[in-house]
Amino acid sequence: MNNWIPFRTIIIKEIYRFVRIWPQTLLPPAITTTLYFLIFGKLMGDRIGSINGSPYMDYIVPGVILMSVISHAYANVVSSFYSTKFQRNIEELIVAPVPNWVILAGYVSGGVMRGLLVGCVVGLIAMLFADLTIHSIWISVSMAFLTATLFALAGFINAVMAESFDDISIIPNFVLTPLSYLGGVFYSVNMLPGIWQTISMGNPILYMVNAFRYGFIGVSDIDVQLSFLMTGGFIAVLAIFSLYLLYKGTGIKQ
Amino acid sequence: MKALSIRNLRKTYNNGHEALKGIDLDVEAGDFFALLGPNGAGKSTAIGIISSLVNASSGSVSIFGHDLKKERSQAKSCIGLVPQEINFNQFDTVKSILLNQAGYYGTPRQLALQRTEQCLKQMDLWDKRDTISRRLSGGMKRRVMIARAMVHAPKLLILDEPTAGVDIEIRRSMWKMMEEVNQQGTTIILTTHYLEEAESLCRNIAIIDQGCIVENSDMKSLLARLNVDHFVLDLAEPLAAAPVFDGFKIDLMDDKILEVAVPKESGLNELFKQLSGQDIRVLSLKNKTNRLEQLFMDLVDAKTTGEAA
Repeated sequence: MNNWIPFRTIIIKEIYRFVRIWPQTLLPPAITTTLYFLIFGKLMGDRIGSINGSPYMDYIVPGVILMSVISHAYANVVSSFYSTKFQRNIEELIVAPVPNWVILAGYVSGGVMRGLLVGCVVGLIAMLFADLTIHSIWISVSMAFLTATLFALAGFINAVMAESFDDISIIPNFVLTPLSYLGGVFYSVNMLPGIWQTISMGNPILYMVNAFRYGFIGVSDIDVQLSFLMTGGFIAVLAIFSLYLLYKGTGIKQ
Repeated sequence: MKALSIRNLRKTYNNGHEALKGIDLDVEAGDFFALLGPNGAGKSTAIGIISSLVNASSGSVSIFGHDLKKERSQAKSCIGLVPQEINFNQFDTVKSILLNQAGYYGTPRQLALQRTEQCLKQMDLWDKRDTISRRLSGGMKRRVMIARAMVHAPKLLILDEPTAGVDIEIRRSMWKMMEEVNQQGTTIILTTHYLEEAESLCRNIAIIDQGCIVENSDMKSLLARLNVDHFVLDLAEPLAAAPVFDGFKIDLMDDKILEVAVPKESGLNELFKQLSGQDIRVLSLKNKTNRLEQLFMDLVDAKTTGEAA
């Protein structure tokens, strides 16, 4: 069977879903990040000065963009796939001759689309507050894409294993948000005391934020190649695990 | 050509419940086939395995010659499923539910649009095509599920209690639609609790109970085996006790209502002769149950009694 048509159907369905509910999906990040830029960047940033040679506002913009990409790529897949499970219309896909990898690719692509779209919205808002410079557009774009893919996959796994709506809010609230805030979005990891620097190195978001920021200001606390390798590695592991869960029918088959 | 061939199919759930105990079943192409059984008999498990919603513990399922494990995509392409419960996205329009379903089966967009229109018209839903599905009535939602199952033109349509909870008028219009679909060449497997539905629509039947097939034959020969009819008689005057007649089993249900088991070899004339002999005046008479229902109860009871013994 031609797998392109079911893949395209899932993606169009996913895009239509998050565009249809734009007041829940696209508007909140615009308001939240405007407040970040206004309070942290403008009001406090002017007093903080510069970090690694960049004005504070310019320094935090890439991190705030990527934080939005992460949370929205994750949220899109976890809420969409869990709702599909909850309403039992996942059965439409299970009964149909759609291979597991197409189901996974379709939902993850939907999450990546929303993550990147929100990233663009936040980037446009950032241009009102900062003079954005681009050191390497390819590094920024590819890291944004990989990060969105990684967290869309994580959202998919969360949705597959979730048994209630509580289960889909635990990870974003108690894992993703703390890791994002502690991932060097608002500060350089070099500013931390020794032990905290070491602990921060265990946070994968730190690597992604620094590589993404490198694409803007050309400065990173972390080796950019290592960041790409690590993100790619995580994607491979989570993709394999997701396919395994679909193969076993975890959470969706008896 | 067999539309469905099941061999030694078993399913044991994680909690240890053995839902299917090695069933064999064949359904010929073009058939209108009834799969009946009491609640918890294993019907939904069997249908779940055929439609890939449930993993089998062992055994094989072949759909139009395609093994469900080895030729998964080809086998699945042949099936359209109407599940027991509403399971489409309640926020989508009727039209997008069908278009998405066609897309999952790889139907090109133009053809999907044509088939969507065709199926919605057949189900008398075309004027509701842009309605958000949660705003439809229960009967319309059931018809949406049938239209959705047919949009990719399946060769085998599985209807799992498709008329549950709908009023008699809609039920009869759905029977007509199902008959038309079957006449157009689609094989139909129907599960239902309305045995009148199975009796009037289906040509062949299997009855499943406690995970085993207890009967598998054509409807005519199955009904021919029924040699006792049950009638309810409304009497003009009350009786203190049930009368005793040779060759008839009679129960007094109320002081003015009798239930009589009439063997075919005796017939109603003999019954009325004996009633008249005892000056019992009958005001009206009706069949207690339809014929299939009686057979169904006999078969299931026989299985239960046999196991208990």
